[in-house]
Amino acid sequence: MTSNRFETAFAKGPALVCFITGGDGNTAANLDALVEGGADVIELGMPFTDPMADGPAIQEANIRSLDAGTRTADIFRMASEFRARHPQVPLVLMGYANPMIARGADWFADECAKAGVDGVICVDIPPEEDAELGPALRANDVSLIRLATPTTDAARLPAVLEGSSGFLYYVSVAGVTGMQQAAQGSIEDAVAKLKAASSIPVAVGFGVRTPEQASEIAKVADGVVVGSALVDLVKQHGTDAPAHLRKLTAALAEAVHAER
Amino acid sequence: MTAPTPVNSFRTLPDETGHFGQFGGRYVAETLMPLILDLEKEYRKAQQDPAFWAEFDALMKDFVGRPSPLYFAPRMTDYFRAKTPAGKGPKIYFKREELNHTGAHKINNCIGQILLAIRMGKTKIIAETGAGQHGVATATVAARFGLPCKIFMGAKDIERQKPNVFRMKLLGAEVVSCESGSQSLKDSMNDALRHWVANVHDTFYIIGTAAGPHPYPELVRDFQSIIGKETREQMLEKEGRLPDMLVAAVGGGSNAIGLFHPFLDDPEVQMTGIEAAGHGIDTDKHAASLTGGKPGILHGNKTYLLQDEDGQITEAHSISAGLDYPGLGPEHSWLHESGRVNYVPITDTQALEAFQLCCELEGIIPALESAHALAALPQLTAEMDEDKLLVVNVSGRGDKDIFTVAEALGVEL
Repeated sequence: MTSNRFETAFAKGPALVCFITGGDGNTAANLDALVEGGADVIELGMPFTDPMADGPAIQEANIRSLDAGTRTADIFRMASEFRARHPQVPLVLMGYANPMIARGADWFADECAKAGVDGVICVDIPPEEDAELGPALRANDVSLIRLATPTTDAARLPAVLEGSSGFLYYVSVAGVTGMQQAAQGSIEDAVAKLKAASSIPVAVGFGVRTPEQASEIAKVADGVVVGSALVDLVKQHGTDAPAHLRKLTAALAEAVHAER
Repeated sequence: MTAPTPVNSFRTLPDETGHFGQFGGRYVAETLMPLILDLEKEYRKAQQDPAFWAEFDALMKDFVGRPSPLYFAPRMTDYFRAKTPAGKGPKIYFKREELNHTGAHKINNCIGQILLAIRMGKTKIIAETGAGQHGVATATVAARFGLPCKIFMGAKDIERQKPNVFRMKLLGAEVVSCESGSQSLKDSMNDALRHWVANVHDTFYIIGTAAGPHPYPELVRDFQSIIGKETREQMLEKEGRLPDMLVAAVGGGSNAIGLFHPFLDDPEVQMTGIEAAGHGIDTDKHAASLTGGKPGILHGNKTYLLQDEDGQITEAHSISAGLDYPGLGPEHSWLHESGRVNYVPITDTQALEAFQLCCELEGIIPALESAHALAALPQLTAEMDEDKLLVVNVSGRGDKDIFTVAEALGVEL
């Protein structure tokens, strides 16, 4: 069962969540390197022509992937092959609304379930537009992982939590991916508020690049999300990326797991 | 005096969630959601505040130069009467938005939005621009109110539209070059959204067309509706009745919705929106999102989009930079599906012919966007009786387009 994979992953204490863009480089080898390095949860980015919530690193990864001819069917193939190789590691698809609804939300949710995808993060479907994707995912037992941000106030938080499961992704800075990091104090306050309002794990991301940062966040949160720093390695090293990904992931995992 | 809203009104949308039927909505990142909700709250207050509209009206009159004339185009009327069967060929009027300050309808919306920005206590302005017209209009109002302003513009468009880039700089704006994606309008919108999400606390985003997340499509429409309201009064004064046909080009669709909206509940008034068909809708180089696209989600709203079967957005093409966008405002998608407005594609070639005809017959150099609307006249005039009244929205002037037109006609300047 899908929710069990998340529960197992977060039950051991702070978890490391690693993101790479699907179809950028050798995705299967890259994903394996993340798991071998010690990633507890995998986020696989679905490329989109207009990734407006992403900074330059992930924008470029989207373009490299699409230029290489990546189709939605390829992403689901990568997902189901990953599931076959790694039966226990939670797998999340992260992306934008239009590719997810292009063939209908039911089609997308059904493909997720068939491929063994545990959860979906959709950047541009806020709770107000939940009907677009949420019901289809829940009907297929796929978690909808919502984002909370520094601008999400107490009045909005219940709406964000309603219908979300798996974990809550706290976007620690108002901005795009990979640009700057938030002050530790502000993260601590925000995570405390989120945890008081919800029983699902809270993972913190945006701007986290180093084991030192990850270690600080793991002191207060249930998970640490790293994306752009890994995507940068894929850009730098191309098909030689797995060794580099494994090394950085191992350092990050050691830092995060040390807080268990 | 406001007439009671008819039962089957076309003018009651968006609903309270910002939807026009299945279109519109608020498809934005969570970081932006609270701000979008604040903007709606503030707009609702402004709508009820006579002082807000008094300031808007005063600026429209003395800064923009409104009302813009409703001009009877005698030679254009005669020209088409001579070409159409006996008894056909309506009286052609131009709504002269090109006479506004900054040369297009864009300024109407910018005035409204900067007044909202000031009400909300925002101290910085950003905007996206394609050809530079909305950028110039935004830089103009930012200068008028003394607010710092950043204009996001695709690197390719900066190269193609040097005069407008210089205009924006003269007006004190910073022009930010967007190097990502196709380096044109949709990418400038992506970069403006990226900047906004990192600066929501003090920054107001003046969106240039009747698109984006709710409440933008509604408030842009409301500010642009001054076009249709004036047209209504002016036509009643000149002819004693309402027009029979309204024609306007649709890129995002703000000049069209501004003209159409005040007439949507007058069943005797027909409406034609013109999409840019580029090299032709059977090629892959056009910007006709209703004719050649399907509903999808981009830039905060659900609307018709040019896209492939995976939902990846495809590149738009039009000779008119203002129509060169792979989507359109959500209310147009709804008016299309409800059948209230008829949308027609017009190619680059047809627009160029109409551009020249308007110059030669009426002494008016129209914007290439407006030339697309004028290019519907051969077909429309052939179908309409000579006692009918037709209004074309000449939404902008063509000075900005002379280099593009010269190149298309093979003329060396």
